[in-house]
Amino acid sequence: MDQFAVKVFVRLRPSVLDPAGEATKSASIKLGAEGIKSLRIGKIIEVKIEGNGENEVREKIDLLCDRLFANTVIEDYEYSLEKL
Amino acid sequence: MDNFTVGVVVFPGSNCDRDVSWALEGCLDIRTKYLWHESSDLSDVDAIVLPGGFSYGDYLRCGAIARFSPLINALDEFVKSGKRVLGICNGFQILTESGFLPGALVANKNLNFICDDVELDIVSSKGGWFNNVDEKQTIKLPIAHGEGRYYCDSDTLKKLVDNELIALRYKNNPNGSSFDIAGITNEKGNVLGLMPHPERACDKTIGGTDGLFTLKSLILK
Repeated sequence: MDQFAVKVFVRLRPSVLDPAGEATKSASIKLGAEGIKSLRIGKIIEVKIEGNGENEVREKIDLLCDRLFANTVIEDYEYSLEKL
Repeated sequence: MDNFTVGVVVFPGSNCDRDVSWALEGCLDIRTKYLWHESSDLSDVDAIVLPGGFSYGDYLRCGAIARFSPLINALDEFVKSGKRVLGICNGFQILTESGFLPGALVANKNLNFICDDVELDIVSSKGGWFNNVDEKQTIKLPIAHGEGRYYCDSDTLKKLVDNELIALRYKNNPNGSSFDIAGITNEKGNVLGLMPHPERACDKTIGGTDGLFTLKSLILK
């Protein structure tokens, strides 16, 4: 069995308003940061997972992302995978 | 109707389950039974309410974890059989997360937790959940949510409009919901999800009775 470290990035789809991102953008400007054109907040899910090779692990992660980690009505996801 | 029993689902973090039961038993004389989320035996109940609250602490997304409970797995067959399911607030979020209703509920546009009475237009009579057989009517119900902004893509919205699946619309949209949507039904009409709380509007002494009809309609066949 191989072990992999997976980082899943979940973010709101571009068409979905992100009020928390807007509020953070507003605070960033108040802090004096210049040039911020947009700011959106997502989440990272870190998973350590075992499997027989990368393909099998990708299948498991695809299922998890599609069914649980992200709600694809409002969110997109992508992930990176590193063999440990 | 003597034996008609409404199942009120209890998740870890539900906090409107007793309100729903109180409104059904005390105001409408309808028998209720609490259903723990790990139960998958729905044979004793004739209709189901998914109450408001914060199931599983709203971890990941509101309703996302509840979707995987044994009870929600058993709900598919219950819904297909035509029995009625009412999802209130967190219950509505669970119904969208689990695919019984389209769209999703996301953080309010102004990021505030909104606790208020709102005026709602009843826009469909599908499923007979509201007392509006003859004409469009307005009712007032309480809302209490931080993540109640209904969102769906334009194709889904068109489908909702074309098939008369939009049950309730806010008169003054408090949370930024698409098309002012406060509640929708499935195509068959036996599943209703709404953000407002009908169970908190069942007695004149606590601010109104506009929620009574919706709860009473649980006993419709």
